[in-house]
Amino acid sequence: MQYMMLIYQGTTPTPGSNEWDELADDEKNAVYRDYMALNETPGVTPGRQMQPPELATTVRVQEGKTLTTDGPFVEMKEAVGGYFFFEADDIDAAIEVASRVPAARMGGAIEIRPFVG
Amino acid sequence: MFREQWGRVLAALIGILGDFDLAEEAAQEAFTIAAERWPVDGEPANPGAWLLTTARNRALNRVRRDRTFAAKAPLLVPTEDAEEDVDATAFPDERLELIFTCCHPALDVDAQVALTLRTLGGLATDDIARAFLVREATMAQRLVRAKRKIRAAGIPFRVPSGDALPERLAAVLAVVYLIFNAGFGGRDEMTSEALWLGRALAELMPDEPEVHGLLAMMLLLDARREARIRNGDLVLLADQDRSLWDAEQIAHGRAVLDRALALHGRGPYVVQAAIASLHAEEPRDWGQIAALYGELGRLTGSPVVELNRAIAVAEERNPESGLEIIDRIPLEDYHYVHAARGELLRRLGRTAEARDAYGRALALVHDDGERRLLERKLQEL
Repeated sequence: MQYMMLIYQGTTPTPGSNEWDELADDEKNAVYRDYMALNETPGVTPGRQMQPPELATTVRVQEGKTLTTDGPFVEMKEAVGGYFFFEADDIDAAIEVASRVPAARMGGAIEIRPFVG
Repeated sequence: MFREQWGRVLAALIGILGDFDLAEEAAQEAFTIAAERWPVDGEPANPGAWLLTTARNRALNRVRRDRTFAAKAPLLVPTEDAEEDVDATAFPDERLELIFTCCHPALDVDAQVALTLRTLGGLATDDIARAFLVREATMAQRLVRAKRKIRAAGIPFRVPSGDALPERLAAVLAVVYLIFNAGFGGRDEMTSEALWLGRALAELMPDEPEVHGLLAMMLLLDARREARIRNGDLVLLADQDRSLWDAEQIAHGRAVLDRALALHGRGPYVVQAAIASLHAEEPRDWGQIAALYGELGRLTGSPVVELNRAIAVAEERNPESGLEIIDRIPLEDYHYVHAARGELLRRLGRTAEARDAYGRALALVHDDGERRLLERKLQEL
């Protein structure tokens, strides 16, 4: 099975924010260490790092006219913050990997989306 | 016959075929053939193995005929020995794999309940729909969606191991308890379904104390079923006609509880079974009951349990002590809180306050039986 793992940051502090700066050094290091360990987990294909949802641009077409707006399609804290791919026998392995993503314990969540076929 | 064999045959078929729908159709076909032939030819020596062989061969034939099925169930590769009889001793019991699949947390709880009743219990979709007060089409859709998700999301057909087991087992037990509660809400057939599932689980997981705890609790509560309702009205435990209790089932429930305690069980179901057992004694040991509710409250953090502890403390010591606990419970919208306050205030002779409390309970109650009980209490003031 192949899964798309979508990372929603929610209220997770991200580098550059005040909340991030307030984290203790071991907490910050744990986040970096956990993401590195994740990327080295067998079956994981890391995604590329995306700019934050604040820099998203959303495009709609209405009556043939292209409408471009600043910001993500959903609310800022509901926006996708990152992704990676995971290949495993079943969803239990994907749930285990998801539970090791720092965002999952820091106010965000991971959405597991199986690919078709 | 049907009930004993359906779950086992279907579980083994899913194990072989790797596809719920194909397995269900094949099992149905095999049971239909059995219903025609067995009355004429006599029942085979090993009915389960016969049904499994027949169903498997039907499924294999179908796959050979129908390419779309082959595409749906890629695991199904007809082997050389496919036509041989299934060895009776090797007929695997994969009901545990099946129940853990049905109760996987990636499925919605309503879907877990429906799928468990459909696959393990062999209940028809319209029976399940009736028990949970939804339209048959809604229930059918729920089952289709759940099976689709099992396939598409890769939910494994497996008993979880090690670290994952306690949490996953708790989910399985919660589903059985939900079914039991649907039965307690007046759908009698769901009670027997839950008891049947509880017995099967106890047989399949003989070393898990919580499994025995749940079964013991259900047996002990269900043993009082006949006495719970009189002329359509709810009867409180203290007012129940004990001759209507099923003494044999209470003894059985206590034996199952002993087994759980011997396994050093101290989880929420074991504690609830112990409480149910104490409630079946006369006179009741309210001190013990209050202590166990305290333990259960620590395990679950449930304010409803705290309410029960308050009632037990009121019986053990005095109504004031019970009221003190009740007034700290953050459950303003729960009618039992106000009903219990009303009862304790009545005992203290604080009639006006008791009337107020019963009034608030009445404003919040939904169940007709409970409403009539409260109205009676209010009149008796």
